[in-house]
Amino acid sequence: MKDEITKGILKALAANGKLSPDDLALQFNITAAEAAAEVARLEREHSILGYHAVIQEGELENSEVKAIIEVHVRPERDGGFDRIARRLSKFPQVVSLYLMSGGYDLMVEVKGNNLNEVAMFVASKLATIDGVLGTGTHFLLKKYKEAGILFQEEEKNERLKIVP
Amino acid sequence: MNDSKSCRNFVAEHIDVLPKSGIRKFFDLVNTMDNVISLGIGEPDFVSPWTICESAIYSLERGRTSYTSNLGLLSLRKAICSYVNKYFNLQYDPQKECIVTVGVSEAFDLVIRAITEPGDEIIYHEPCYVSYNAEIKMAHGVAVPVDTHEKNEFALSPADLEKAITPRTKAIILNFPCNPTGALLTPEQSAAIAEIAVRHDLLVIADQIYSELHYDSDSMDSIASLPGMKERTIFLHGFSKAFAMTGFRIGYACGPAQIIDAMMKIHQYSMLCAPITAQYAAEEALKNAIPDMQNMVEQYKARRNLIVSRFNEIGLPCVNPHGAFYVFPNIQSTGLSSQDFAEELLNRECVAVVPGSAFGACGEGYIRCSYATSMDEIRLAMDKIEHFVKSLKQ
Repeated sequence: MKDEITKGILKALAANGKLSPDDLALQFNITAAEAAAEVARLEREHSILGYHAVIQEGELENSEVKAIIEVHVRPERDGGFDRIARRLSKFPQVVSLYLMSGGYDLMVEVKGNNLNEVAMFVASKLATIDGVLGTGTHFLLKKYKEAGILFQEEEKNERLKIVP
Repeated sequence: MNDSKSCRNFVAEHIDVLPKSGIRKFFDLVNTMDNVISLGIGEPDFVSPWTICESAIYSLERGRTSYTSNLGLLSLRKAICSYVNKYFNLQYDPQKECIVTVGVSEAFDLVIRAITEPGDEIIYHEPCYVSYNAEIKMAHGVAVPVDTHEKNEFALSPADLEKAITPRTKAIILNFPCNPTGALLTPEQSAAIAEIAVRHDLLVIADQIYSELHYDSDSMDSIASLPGMKERTIFLHGFSKAFAMTGFRIGYACGPAQIIDAMMKIHQYSMLCAPITAQYAAEEALKNAIPDMQNMVEQYKARRNLIVSRFNEIGLPCVNPHGAFYVFPNIQSTGLSSQDFAEELLNRECVAVVPGSAFGACGEGYIRCSYATSMDEIRLAMDKIEHFVKSLKQ
């Protein structure tokens, strides 16, 4: 398959993981079987690592909370930030983790069932890891946009029903 | 006793006899119904990219609410000329070869009024956008349609064009990609038409409004870029379709200074200038919204592929259109006229399409379907059209 089509498929699925082989076939002028085979290959070769839905706040009836935690880390002589980042990323509470430029080193997104759970995780696990020099925790209050999707519904755009 | 004295008909005769757009009647019918899935909408379903809207807001915040130069903001004209140079390989001087108008519709009106003397013949291809015929007549010109055919994928045949030329012919209107057929010209057809225009010393009015929406070639083109054509072509374009900015109403014309100057006179006395807020929005479109536009084009392409394959599956033969956002399937096998097909489809399945006959007599036997609507709506509409066509055969 052409590199250009493969890249197009990855881009399309990154924007909408629900696109079916039929949808991809229409978009890239290939057959549905070719699209399915290419997606399977991309999954097998770990170019595509997973799919998820972006869910409206409050739809899951729990009081899940999220926090962004700024972490200052002492980099190691061999491996820099990688070993400590790997160790942190394995906690199921950690949703995403990035190495940052600027005032702190790692940005960790953490989820928990309530404020206390997140606070406990930070205090007892994250902050106590050897090499972690300090943390700053910011709880998320409201989502406006996530993964390119707006959380506030836009007013429907009314068009005339027939336009020449 | 009735004291009122009856009035004579004050309406000018050439306007009185002008028929209303064939779409109008159908529009009124559709408007009486709820829950219609419409494939009849000739405008993008996307909202203008946010960077464009935000720039319009910013221009208001800065208090930019005045008139602009008659020709339009110089900064916008510069941006337009640089865009046209980059994508169409055409160099125009923003000072005197470019004018910003209220939509391409106004630019078209200006050029027709600027060049037409009573009795001048202006050739255009049908099926075509509903305004061409009326605009020519309103300027006291003679509208000369040349039919295009399904067997040529609705491109204008140079031979047919040449047959329509008389000593009174002044100009040829070209609209490719075409509303309603989605047709494009091949490079050979463009070259042959250019040769005819030069040989007969005709002006070409190139309505490029759908140029960015092409799906099977790498670049856009205009007949104006062919040898000997720039000096005899008025290049009309705008922001409505490619940038989903229909309501902003910004178009433009580029061409020889003498004609632009003539158009400017009419514009100056009738319109003064295009709205300033929309001009700032248009400038932003050229600066920062090209990636948004390309993303919309990709989506139109997938929809085009879906709708064309569905019409052919259903048994309504459909030429694969290379541009715009319309398909023009052949419905002759149903035995219904375009108007009856559209009305019956609306009544029975609540799907609106536009009868091909609204775009000229040779559009009879076809319908125009716009795919400027979501994939889900297209799928649903096509299932309903399939159901309708099957029910006709029983």
